[in-house]
Amino acid sequence: MVSPRPPAVLDARASIEPGPRRLPVRTRLAVAAARFAAAVSRRLGLGAGGVIGGRIALRLDPGVLRRLSRNRTVVLVTGTNGKTTTALMLRRVLETLGEVAGNGDGANMPDGVVAALVAEPTATVAVLEVDETYLSGVAAQVRPSCLVLLNLSRDQLDRVGEVRTIEREFRAICAALPDTTVVANCDDPLVTSAALASARPFWISVGQEWHADAVACARCGQAIRRDRAGWRCVCGLARPDPLWILRDDTVETAGGPTVTLHLRLPGRANAANAAVAVAAAERLGVSPHVAVAQLRAIGEVSGRYRRAVVSGRSVRVLLAKNPAGWRETLPLLAPRSPVVVAVNSGEADGRDTSWLWDVPFEQLRGRHVVAAGERATDVAVRLTYAEVRHTLCREPLAAITSLPAGPVELVANYTAFRDTQQHLGHG
Amino acid sequence: MADPARTPPDSALRIGLVLPDILGTYSDAGNAQVLRCRTQWRGIAATVTEIRHGETVPSSLDLYLLGGGEDDAQALAVNHLRAHPGLQQAVARGAAVFGVCAGFQILGTQFTTSDGATHTGLGLLDAGTTPGRRRAVGEVVVDVAAELGTEPLTGFENHLGRSRLGIGSRPLGPVRAGTGNGDGTEGALTGRVLGTYLHGPVLARNPALADLLLGWSLGAPPAALPLPEIGALRQERLRAAKRGPRR
Repeated sequence: MVSPRPPAVLDARASIEPGPRRLPVRTRLAVAAARFAAAVSRRLGLGAGGVIGGRIALRLDPGVLRRLSRNRTVVLVTGTNGKTTTALMLRRVLETLGEVAGNGDGANMPDGVVAALVAEPTATVAVLEVDETYLSGVAAQVRPSCLVLLNLSRDQLDRVGEVRTIEREFRAICAALPDTTVVANCDDPLVTSAALASARPFWISVGQEWHADAVACARCGQAIRRDRAGWRCVCGLARPDPLWILRDDTVETAGGPTVTLHLRLPGRANAANAAVAVAAAERLGVSPHVAVAQLRAIGEVSGRYRRAVVSGRSVRVLLAKNPAGWRETLPLLAPRSPVVVAVNSGEADGRDTSWLWDVPFEQLRGRHVVAAGERATDVAVRLTYAEVRHTLCREPLAAITSLPAGPVELVANYTAFRDTQQHLGHG
Repeated sequence: MADPARTPPDSALRIGLVLPDILGTYSDAGNAQVLRCRTQWRGIAATVTEIRHGETVPSSLDLYLLGGGEDDAQALAVNHLRAHPGLQQAVARGAAVFGVCAGFQILGTQFTTSDGATHTGLGLLDAGTTPGRRRAVGEVVVDVAAELGTEPLTGFENHLGRSRLGIGSRPLGPVRAGTGNGDGTEGALTGRVLGTYLHGPVLARNPALADLLLGWSLGAPPAALPLPEIGALRQERLRAAKRGPRR
């Protein structure tokens, strides 16, 4: 059994004043340069400027991440899907305790993480989402109080690599952080295999819709068997008993209260993200009831789920960037609404669009779908073979206005979503 | 008694999707969907049978498909296919087989995974695979040999293995862009067994290759099936490969 860490840990850390005086000259110079670069970048209208600042700080002081996170209580959030949402949820919950630093802009590589810490020097708590491929490096520097492992599935295979390699890296970093509580979804065999290496795992059952990446056991390569009770491999790797369980909209906590979520954010995946956020916050001393009240106030996540009006059409903007994400998104779509599917293949999206064939677009039969984005033609061919009626319009906003007036669902992958947001005048 | 409504007519094309639960990392199951649709759209019945891990492999199907997968899954797959040799029996009868990436390597004589373990393959292609120095990732264009058509193949590769062919197999052709087998050629062909490193899924991007496989199984080249969007996709991907990797 896991012995819960006393909530006092947060207060103990918070009492140490993290003023700039405590940082070495090199780090102070790096932070000053980062601030200057960010300000110049903003002034020139190149963007929010944080990431370029973070990059410069890392160049001037490779140890900047370790030094900036010293004396702070840090929570790292990683996994294939749900990082940004879960990190936002945790940030909102931990803000009940005081100022919280975070990379809410989704800049989740080391430069973005540094930028978030530079931007909020007095925050004693930080909630940072980290790209899966950078977790080991960031976690080794930051030595977080809590590490949240959401899920692992195929995503950007050309950039991120195969899922099993990521799982082995997660396993190594869990073993290397004996003081870190690892909040892990025990319904995901890959996440479980990694978190079992932790000295302080906290198992939570939040379900998993997509099983295709954990058919062979991460430890021995044999077939994982699933039944109603969970999953197990003949080598002995098996689903640990969870301390907390999400059932539909209710979180059952071990020996504690049962909490109903009632989120404004839609869907099963967001309920799972919320349950994990509540569990991680509880580890840091926030009661589940307080946490859930904070989560209910969240209506959008960096523009996701929000509605915008484009030439008289009410557009809801959703992000889905891999098969597991699409599987959670398809059930959210309003039954008769037309759908714009916008897919890009920039560096941050992955160049390979094969994953479109793992998405059950057949579920969109009977609607009008518009293929959009840089890879609109790939989407159109996929829809042809799914026997879904569609048109092609590369520009997402033009795709929206090509549809009759009325509600529209727009589902975009990462850079297509970001570009659309900019056109809609958000962030 | 079987339900007559659910039993395909004798003339139906029977496609086997081999171990999609293990060899499915790169969405190659899409190849089965492409073949089924292209057959049905021409008014010919077609069925896709998924042969999952732990199930026996039927030898009675017309066309077998194997997709890509990671090292552990690949070892799991080859052990299963050697223990249940329905695929090998079907090839002896003249069935067609199409393997992509890990599926291609499994069809060869042997392959060595990145952990250094060497596995005996099914021996349906004369190709041996060893790990290369770095992963080959990106767009590929292959100028195919005349017997395979006139259009170049376009696909996306993502693999560490490098394959050497013996005299029992011929490559599909030279690579114009990308890595392929690693020696300037791509894929392997012996009789009606064809292997390639191209994902995409490759048959969605290369309808001529899909129809070549269908022609082998149906006994005659299928009728033309013009789909302008696929032509547009091919032009886009061939142009993208020409531009080279964007970094």
